[in-house]
Amino acid sequence: MGFFFAQLLTGLSNAAGLFLVASGLSLIFGVTRIVNFAHGSFYMLGAYFGVTLMGILPDYLGSHVGFWGSIVLTGVIVGLVGALVEIVVLRPIYRAPELFQLVATFGVILMIQDLALMSWGAEDIMGARAPGLRGVFRIFGEPIPKYDIVLICITPFILIALWWLIAKTRLGILVRAATQDREMVGALGVNQRWLFTGVFALGSALAGWGGALQLPKGGADLLMDMNIIGPLFVVVVIGGMGSLPGAFIASVIISVLNVFGVTYMPQSTLVLMFVVMAIVLIFRPYGLLGKEEVAGEHGQVGAPEAPIRPFGRTGRLAVTGLLAVLALLPLVSDPFLLVLMTDIIIFALFAASLHFILGAGGLTSFGHAAFYGGGAYVAALLVTYAKAPMEIAFIAAPIGAGMLALVVGWFCIRLSGVYLAMLTLAFSQLVWSLAFQWRSVTRGDDGLINIWPSDWLSGQVPYYYFTLVIGAAGILFLRHVIHAPFGYALRAARDSARQAEATGINVKRVQYLAFALAGALAGLAGGLFVFAKGSVFPTELEIGKSFDALIVVFLGGIKTLSGGVVGAAFMATVEDWLTRMEYWRLMLGMLIIAVVILAPEGIVGSARRLGERLGLIKRAEAEE
Amino acid sequence: MLELERVNSFYGKAHILQDLSFSVGRGEVVALLGRNGAGKSTTMKSIIQLVRPKSGKVRFQGTEVTGQAAYRVARAGIGYVPEDRRIFTALTVLENLEVGRQPAREGAPHWSVEQLFEIFPNLHERRNQLGKAMSGGEQQMLTIARTLMGNPSLLLLDEPSEGIAPVIVEEMARAILRLKAQGLTVMISEQNLHFARVVADRAIIIESGEKKFDGTFAELEAHPEIRDAYLAV
Ligand SMILES: Nc1ncnc2c1ncn2[C@@H]1O[C@H](COP(=O)(O)OP(=O)(O)O)[C@@H](O)[C@H]1O
Ligand SMILES: [Mg+2]
Repeated sequence: MGFFFAQLLTGLSNAAGLFLVASGLSLIFGVTRIVNFAHGSFYMLGAYFGVTLMGILPDYLGSHVGFWGSIVLTGVIVGLVGALVEIVVLRPIYRAPELFQLVATFGVILMIQDLALMSWGAEDIMGARAPGLRGVFRIFGEPIPKYDIVLICITPFILIALWWLIAKTRLGILVRAATQDREMVGALGVNQRWLFTGVFALGSALAGWGGALQLPKGGADLLMDMNIIGPLFVVVVIGGMGSLPGAFIASVIISVLNVFGVTYMPQSTLVLMFVVMAIVLIFRPYGLLGKEEVAGEHGQVGAPEAPIRPFGRTGRLAVTGLLAVLALLPLVSDPFLLVLMTDIIIFALFAASLHFILGAGGLTSFGHAAFYGGGAYVAALLVTYAKAPMEIAFIAAPIGAGMLALVVGWFCIRLSGVYLAMLTLAFSQLVWSLAFQWRSVTRGDDGLINIWPSDWLSGQVPYYYFTLVIGAAGILFLRHVIHAPFGYALRAARDSARQAEATGINVKRVQYLAFALAGALAGLAGGLFVFAKGSVFPTELEIGKSFDALIVVFLGGIKTLSGGVVGAAFMATVEDWLTRMEYWRLMLGMLIIAVVILAPEGIVGSARRLGERLGLIKRAEAEE
Repeated sequence: MLELERVNSFYGKAHILQDLSFSVGRGEVVALLGRNGAGKSTTMKSIIQLVRPKSGKVRFQGTEVTGQAAYRVARAGIGYVPEDRRIFTALTVLENLEVGRQPAREGAPHWSVEQLFEIFPNLHERRNQLGKAMSGGEQQMLTIARTLMGNPSLLLLDEPSEGIAPVIVEEMARAILRLKAQGLTVMISEQNLHFARVVADRAIIIESGEKKFDGTFAELEAHPEIRDAYLAV
């Protein structure tokens, strides 16, 4: 009994920090409709600033005032950083599609990672203890850290304070009004730009406070930003986007569950969290307290999209030329370049499969790595346990990934927009946590090794040709599907679900199948990958992998399939070049943000526009 | 008070307002008339700058407002009541009014919540209800009251009588005349004459974004062919 109660209290105290961070994310989303992936970075910054301040302030202000003053001040500083990010990065792209915003906030993650590394070094830093709260209380004979009790007592007040701010103050009223109709709020004389900045700063400050408050129980390290994203999104999805009480309830559920999970099922804590999420979503697709999203609220920028056209003669010539060059490459190139090219082709296929679902399907999947890594794992598991020959295992990769996509899609396709994005991300985390924690089968982060191709494909040159043939076939197949009736139906569903329904298209079904197809092709890329490297690790399933693909699709240009290919080549080259520098993340982050703001049509789109202007290419409209 | 000088507005490539010029004097109530699709709403949006004119000037109290952010134009003293009402459905009546609140402005009537409740008694009864629980007429009252909370000196009313029961339209006409008595300048758009004639001093008729008539109702009465050509009957 005592032990049980102690566990409950630990869970509740953990919920405090999680709730602070999640409420900030929820608040920002409610008003700006931006899913701020950099929110975890603000949490991490909170921990770092907190540690630094706690090392300085107590000397001047005494231990108590110094400690709590540091926490308060940390929130203020992180809030200011958030305001800066909002003004510089997000203001120009509020009306852009979700993908742009995601990619921009991902650029922010990269930059903050390196800035934190520069400022605080790579070593983990221990958190300071809270003065006067070092000991434990004995409750039913069990020791409970005093600081935990204090956190538990603070949390309801934070919830009430936030609720009061939103429900009762003029700021809160304006925030709620802007959530519904920003333009009208502006037409009534409210400078909504500053309203947005203010909300963003407040949300960031909450993340900063969350990071600082957990210091006495932990510390500051460079993995905090990514580590919190999973639980954070699960909390927001379970609670309902934009709902503070929802975030509170979900934080408590997840934190308590985690503590008991650690005790009773130490191997499945991560998995458990996502299972709970899946169960909640089956019954309430918009979370416990979330409201159904009104479709079409989100503004889209730019001219209506030029339709993807079948290849013209120039296009066919270019593709043939490119394939010829790639086919001749082994005759002239050194092994190193061949390895790089193999990687690029695999990545291009992965990106093209994401592009298919994102560009043609209009479904923003943030968890596409689940199918890429999933395919790789299916093949690797078959080789490891069933001693399957490479050919069988390779074919199983896309099939397995496609089946996984059917399961995930069943949950996700019911939703749209950011809800779909968050849910796909959460499911990819579920798959990742399976690979990471189900050690007896997947060997955890030791990975599955010795997964080599059959004799006829071993060696760099044969495998390069194999990759080239499969990769090119996969990409051309996707292109073919886009122009087939199925592709038209998919695009019709994207452009106007209602009109598509009216012409007899079963929108959800078409999207569901497209999602599965994209998953299968990502799995194909994963299959190519695992036999190229001879091993697979959980990193192939990480959020970062999904983001890489999103960035590639984005950089290349969302509106053309070649965008994915060009983006993959560009990204691989740039990364290869950038990673030789010490602070390459900073550079890449800035580059990404610059592209989002300055060239939102991506490389291919911008090049086409330039070509049109110079008269080299016929205008797209002319062919409509 | 308000001058438009050769204003041209577009939606994408569609040229909607064509060299539109007119002016509204202080204390006037002017009706902007025209059929559905004539460009009345676009004119109003081009004044408050929710639509940015490609060329031409909009001047308000002597200063040019073209190209400014909508919130600045609103703060300069133009109150805009959109045709689709756009009340905040998840907010209560009182909260809706709060969103519109701006400091008092010199040379414009100042409104308190109590005064507005006196003009629109229904709102008082429903002050703690959510916007979505209100009838169309009440929502229309609320949008007007919400805009008045900004203490504008010029009020733009976009088709206030559309889709509203005749009894409420009458009530609204009385309210508008009261506003006029307080010294407010009003521009009101309508598709037909009935309501406009009751409240307005002058009529401006547009068709396909071009001005076709500008004069008093007496002059308009003398030219029934204009009315028949450009207005719904
Ligand atoms: N958001 C919009 N995008 C494109 N065209 C529009 C838009 N709003 C209005 N229009 C077009 O502009 C013209 C004028 O519309 P509007 O100003 O709303 O007319 P009114 O208010 O007189 O009915 C119409 O032909 C209408 O179809
Ligand atoms: Mg209109």
